[in-house]
Amino acid sequence: MNRIMTNTIVYFVLILVVITCLFPVAWMFSSSLKSQSEVFTNMSLVPEHAKWSNYIAAWTKANFGTYFFNSIIYTVFGVLGVVFIASLAAYAFARLQFPLKNVLFLLLISTLLIPLPGAFVPLYVLLQKLRLLDTRLGLILCYINGGLAFAIFLLRSFFQQLPKELEEAAMMDGASRFSIYWRIAMPLARPALATIVIFNALNIWNEFLLALVMLQDKAKMPIQRGLMVFQGTHITDYPLLMAGITIATVPVVAVYLLMQKHIIKGITAGALKG
Amino acid sequence: MHNRSRISNLLFILPALAMFCVFSVYPFVKTFQLSAFQWDGVSKSMQFVGLNNYKDVLFNNPNFWYSMGAAGYITLLALIIQNALALLLAVLVDRGVKAQNFFRTTFFLPPVLSFIVVALVWKWIYDPNYGILNFGLTGLGMIQFQGFGWLSEAKTALTGVAVVHMWKGFGWGFIILLAGLQGIPRELYESASIDGASVWQQFKRITVPLMIPTFVVVSILTILGSMQIFDLIYGMTRGGPAGLTHVPITRIYEYMNNGEFGYATTMAVVFGLVLLIVSLVQINVSRRASQKI
Repeated sequence: MNRIMTNTIVYFVLILVVITCLFPVAWMFSSSLKSQSEVFTNMSLVPEHAKWSNYIAAWTKANFGTYFFNSIIYTVFGVLGVVFIASLAAYAFARLQFPLKNVLFLLLISTLLIPLPGAFVPLYVLLQKLRLLDTRLGLILCYINGGLAFAIFLLRSFFQQLPKELEEAAMMDGASRFSIYWRIAMPLARPALATIVIFNALNIWNEFLLALVMLQDKAKMPIQRGLMVFQGTHITDYPLLMAGITIATVPVVAVYLLMQKHIIKGITAGALKG
Repeated sequence: MHNRSRISNLLFILPALAMFCVFSVYPFVKTFQLSAFQWDGVSKSMQFVGLNNYKDVLFNNPNFWYSMGAAGYITLLALIIQNALALLLAVLVDRGVKAQNFFRTTFFLPPVLSFIVVALVWKWIYDPNYGILNFGLTGLGMIQFQGFGWLSEAKTALTGVAVVHMWKGFGWGFIILLAGLQGIPRELYESASIDGASVWQQFKRITVPLMIPTFVVVSILTILGSMQIFDLIYGMTRGGPAGLTHVPITRIYEYMNNGEFGYATTMAVVFGLVLLIVSLVQINVSRRASQKI
C-alpha cells in the first residue's frame, strides 16, 4: 500500500513537470495555426480550423525563409570551421611533438575557465578593424572561435584514447602525418565529432547576442534575430510570430530527438571539464 | 629531420592558434585597454581617462550595481529552486521509474530551445489581455489577474523572467545530476539497506557526500549561466519596467549602443572579476563542505 502511494506521488510529480515542459511548446504550435482573430478569443489548445497558410505567409511575407536560410549558412560553416580547426589542433596535441606543447594547449582551452562577459564589445571593435562588421564571414569567424576550446579539449582526450597501432603501421608505409590524421584518426573519431557537430550546431542556431551586435542588414540575419525584428514591427501578429518561432524550433527539436545520445554525452563531458 | 618535423607539426595547431590570437587574445587585451579610455567606437581619437571609468562604475553607478543585484536574484532563485527541482527529479528518475528515457528527453527539451524562442513564447503566455496564464487564473476565480501585466508590473517583472529562466534551465542540472547519481555503485545502497538505513539516511550518508563534486559543477554552471543572462531579458522586457529587470549584460549592451565603448568595457571587466570571485568562493566553500562530511 505504502509503496503504491509513493509510486503514485512519484509519477504525479514527474508527469506534472512533463506537462509544464511540453505545454508552452504545444501552445506555441497551436497559436501558430490560429487566425489573427481566433488567437485572441479561442483559448483552446486545438484551433478551430488549422490555418497552415500562416506558415506560407511567415516563410515568404515575413521573411522567415531568408532568416532560415541564413541560419543554415551560419550553422554549416561555423560547424565545419570548428570541426576542421579543432580536430587538427587536437590531433597534434594528442599525438605529435612540438615546442611549448603543454603551454599552448592550456592557452587554447583557457577560455573555458576564464569568464569574459561582454566580449561582444571588443569583438565588435575587432570586426570593425577587419572590415568584417555586418558580414556573414565576420559572424561565422566569431562562432568558430566560440566553439574551438571545448572541441579541442574533447577531441584531444578522444584521440589520446585511440589505439596507436593503426597509425604506426601507416607511418611504416610512409604515409604523411596529415594523411594519417585525415584518413585514419578522423574516421575513428566519428563519435566525438558527432558530439561536437551537434553541440555547435545547436549553439550557433540558437545564438542571438553576437548576431544582434554584429549585423544591421536584415538580409544577413539569422532566424533568432529575425524573430526579434518581426516581433518589433508586428507586435500583435501572434499567429505569424508563433509560426516563425515554430520554424526556428523544428530543426532544433528534430536534431535533438534524433541525436539525444550525443547531446547528453556532450553535456556530461562538458560538466567534467569544470 | 627530427627538428624539421617538430616545426612542421606546429602547422597542425596554426589555424587554431591564429583564431585564438585574433578572436580571444585581442578582445581580452582590448577590453582592458579600452576601459582606460573614453571612446564612442567610431572616431579616430580616444581620450585617455586612466582609472576614471573604474571609479565611476564602482562608486557612481547604482544602476549597474542594481543590475548586478537583479542578476543575483535570478541566480539565487535558480541555485535554490531550479537545482532543488533538478535534484528531486534526478533522484526520482534514478530510482528506476518506468519510461526513464521519456522523462529525460522531455526535461531536456527546454534547454535545447533558443532563449529568444522561449522568451517570445512565454511573453505570449504572460500577455496581460490575451495570455493563457491570466485566462486560466481568472477562470479559476482569481479575477484580480484580469489584464494583469506580469512583465510590466514592478513587483512581478523580475520574478516573471526568473521563472522562465528556471523553466529553461532545470533540465541541465537534471541531466548532470542524473549522470552523477548513476555513477554511484548500487551495492552501497544495497548494503546500507541491509544494515537497516532508511531511504533518507541513505540519501544523507551516501548520495550527498558522493555527489558533492557534481553539486559544485552544477552550481558553478548555474551561477555563470544565470549571472550572464541576456537573451531572455532582451526578448521579454528589454530591462523594463523602469530598468527593474536590467542585468549586467543588458547594461553593457546599452552603454555600447549609446557609444560609450570605454565605459562598457570597464563594466565588463568589473563584472568578469565579480564572476571570477564568486566561482572561486564557491569552489572553496564546497571543498570545505566535502572535507567536513
